[in-house]
Parts: sequence; C-alpha cells; structure tokens
Amino acid sequence: MKKSTRRRLVRGLLYAVLVGAVVLLALIADWEAIRQNFLSGEVMGELWPEVLTVGVKNTVIYTVIAFAGGLALAIVLALMKLSPIAPYRWIATAWIEFFRGLPALVVILAFGFAVPIAFSWRPPGGSVGAGVLALVIVSSAYIAETLRAGIQAVPKGQFEAARSLGMTSGRTTFSIVLPQAFRIVIPPLTNEFVLLIKDTSLLFVIGAAIDERELTTFSRDALTQYANSTPLIVAAAAYLIITLPLTRLVARLERRQQKAR
Amino acid sequence: MTRVTSTLPAGTRAIEVRDLHKYFGDNEVLKGIDFHVDQGQVVCVIGPSGSGKSTLLRCVNRLEEPTSGTILVEGVDICDPEVDLDEIRSRIGMVFQSFNLFPHLSVMRNLTIAQQRVRRRSKDEAVEIARNNLAKVGLAGKEDAYPAHLSGGQQQRVAIARALSMDPDMMLFDEPTSALDPELVGDVLGVMRDLAADGMTMMVVTHEMGFAREVGDKLVFMDGGVIVEEGDPREVLANPQHSRTQGFLSKVL
Repeated sequence: MKKSTRRRLVRGLLYAVLVGAVVLLALIADWEAIRQNFLSGEVMGELWPEVLTVGVKNTVIYTVIAFAGGLALAIVLALMKLSPIAPYRWIATAWIEFFRGLPALVVILAFGFAVPIAFSWRPPGGSVGAGVLALVIVSSAYIAETLRAGIQAVPKGQFEAARSLGMTSGRTTFSIVLPQAFRIVIPPLTNEFVLLIKDTSLLFVIGAAIDERELTTFSRDALTQYANSTPLIVAAAAYLIITLPLTRLVARLERRQQKAR
Repeated sequence: MTRVTSTLPAGTRAIEVRDLHKYFGDNEVLKGIDFHVDQGQVVCVIGPSGSGKSTLLRCVNRLEEPTSGTILVEGVDICDPEVDLDEIRSRIGMVFQSFNLFPHLSVMRNLTIAQQRVRRRSKDEAVEIARNNLAKVGLAGKEDAYPAHLSGGQQQRVAIARALSMDPDMMLFDEPTSALDPELVGDVLGVMRDLAADGMTMMVVTHEMGFAREVGDKLVFMDGGVIVEEGDPREVLANPQHSRTQGFLSKVL
C-alpha cells in the first residue's frame, strides 16, 4: 500500500471514530430529561432578571474590588520584594509564598470564620466582605509575582538612563520602570482577572444575604428551590459570556506584544 | 550655537580618577587607574573588549560602584556619602551604546521629563530647550514620534539631545556608535564633532579611530584593566610605543 493511501485511510478511520462517538452519545442521552432538567424554559423565566441584577452584578463587583485591591497591594509587595532592604524582601516573600501556597477556599473560610473569632474583628461588609477581603489578599500574592517579573523584564539600561539624568530611585521607579512593567504584564494581568472571576464562585461557602449573592450562590439557591439543574446551565453561560471575550482579548494582546518585539 | 559654559576656569580637571580598582566578584576589571579629563578636553578611550574601558566610564557617574580609589568630578569626591549623587549626575550627560530612550514616552517627553522633575524647569521652558537641542542634532520635527519609530542613528541623536537638555558640564559616551548600522554612524559622529567644537568636555569610549584622531585631544589605550598608553591621538595612532597598543591597532586600523 502506498504511504499516501495509508495516511488517508488512517485519517478516515479517525473521523469515523469521532462521528461514531457523537452518534452513540446522542442515542443514549435522554433528551427529554435533559430538556426538562437542564434547559427548562419555565425555570429560566423564573431566574430572569435576578440572574443579571443580582448574580452577574455581584460577581462583577466582587471581582473588580478583589482585583483593584489585590493590584494596589501587589504593587507594594512587588516593590518590597525588589527592595534593597532585606526584611522587606522577607516579608513580601513570606506573604506571597503563604497565600499562593494555600487554596483560595481555605483563605476564604479563614477570613469568614476564623479571623473574626481570633481577632474579635469583623471585616466590613459582613461575611461577604470577609470573603472579598480574602480574595484581595490571595490575588495580591499572584499579581505581585506577575508584577515583579514585569519590573525585572524592563531592561536595566532604562534604570541607568534615568539615574544618569539625575532622577532619584523613586522617581525612576514610578515614571520610567513601572509604566513599562505594566505594559509587559497586561496580558498576564488580564489572565489573573479571569481567574479571579471564577474564584468569586468560592464565596458561596460563606453564605450571603439574598441581594449579596454572586452567580454561583445565586444558581445554587435556585437549584435547591426549583429542584432543577437549569440554573447551573444559566450560570455557566453567564460565566462564559464574561470570560470568553476576556480570554480572546488576552490572546490578541499577546500576539500584538509578540509583534512589537 | 551657544557655547557651553562652566563655572570652572578652563584647564581645571573635569574628571580626575586616582588609583581606581574595580572588582566584579573575584575578577579585577580595573587594576589601579589614574586618569583625568581637563575642562573642555575631548578624551577618547580605546581598547579591546573586556579591557575595562566601559567600566571606567561608568564609574565616573557611579553607575558602577568603585571598589577602591578616588573619583573627583569638578573637584568633588563622588564617593563621599555626604555628596548629592543625583545632583552630580544631572550635570554629567551620558550616552549609552544601546541608546536607552524611554520607549513609553514621546521624543519630546524623553527630553523634558528630567528637566522638569530634576531641574524643576517649567514645562514651557523645558519644551523650548528640548526643541533647541532637537534642532541641534538635526531632528527638529520629530517631537511627537516614539523611539520605536526612529532609526538607530536618530534614536542615538535623540539620546544626545536628551542629555544636552540638562545643560551638562560634561558628556560621557559609552560606545555611542557600536550598535548602529554603518551608514548611520556618520550622523551621530557629526553631532559629537559639533559638540566638541562647541567646547564640551567629553569622555568617549569608542572604536572610531578616525573620530579619535580628528576630534580627540587625548587618546587612552586600555588593556587588561590598566592604561597601557596615552597621549596625543595622532601621535599614539601613528606611532604606538607599547607592543600591546601596536598589536591592537594593527588589528583595527
């Protein structure tokens, strides 16, 4: 048999296996049960418009707060990590390694339940506030590492040129190094943002008032209420509508940066 | 063109280096350098790569920390912990091999940021000075361009204009044409020639023997971390005394 013929045969076989699997799945799936349990129009109608005005809205708000707070904290941590003063470096390293090493869920539980007892201090915003604070801290650890890498990716000559003009070290950092570092890390930072969107779903473990629920808590409550899985599908679709454009954006930014180099 | 003015009388040592040693780890790259540049002088430093010539130049504004020895800039010991290093650096223009323009800022902003932040000049004054210096290096009209859109030769001339905008008392050039395509070298050397004719004090680490011969007041040949030979450029280039100088020049000329 000729090599090209054999290659065509193998390829045809691979397609046949794929089509077979799809047909088999379609045949054994209980379409009526799926329609009723996952795609019930009636339940969807019940979820509207709260899925948007409560679920999506709170998910976006919590993500933005956690990201903004995490970013602010991360700038300080990254600068500490690159500081010539050793104790600052130690503190930043300990913070980053500690909170990157723990599952976000554990940190959320700690802030929701352990911290209020241990320090008899209630974070603002009740248990949701505590959960969002936990996300701020977790994201600060990840973003700090990203920023540090970005700062170190700025060529040393930039620092030297600024210093040779008489700029102080602080002025050089804020006017010359950080603006360039941020450009470098925009794609990975967008990625952190997407991860954070998904991490807000972990907040469901600490409970929330009716109008404080984010998307996952909202859909889980509806799941119990209607004894139907349609809310899960709705939540999944809502997450994808938010995250897919962002991940596409990251891919585009990365391509553009590759070209600029 | 305005004449570069200095508070010090001509003949005063702009740069004086005494018994300078510099180690990178265990590697001694400068082994006791005595060196000076007089006010208004153009001193060219040549030598094979790894000879320590760039390190010497970078010690003059303490981008490299000397291990031991004394460096006086206009009579001030720059290693004295009491000294305001930023103020001294702002009076020493530096031009790098790799230009080091700020890529996120326009040409105009590259030229004004240190004037405003370090010299505390008003924006209008800084812009006017920047325009004059851009014209001086032949790049009037490029104010709004970004460094990435300029050729290497243009970037290096902007870098020179950026340094000049601080009204420096002296200029350090660290292989300013080594990263340029051959056809762009002439423009940059032309600007440097004009500066020298203007009376600017210059220390130039370079491989451009023609420039050293025509513009330099003194030529210093370094090898292996020491100054092997120095003197009048025409003299040294035509009639090198030391065998290492002869060997180096026979390869590059």
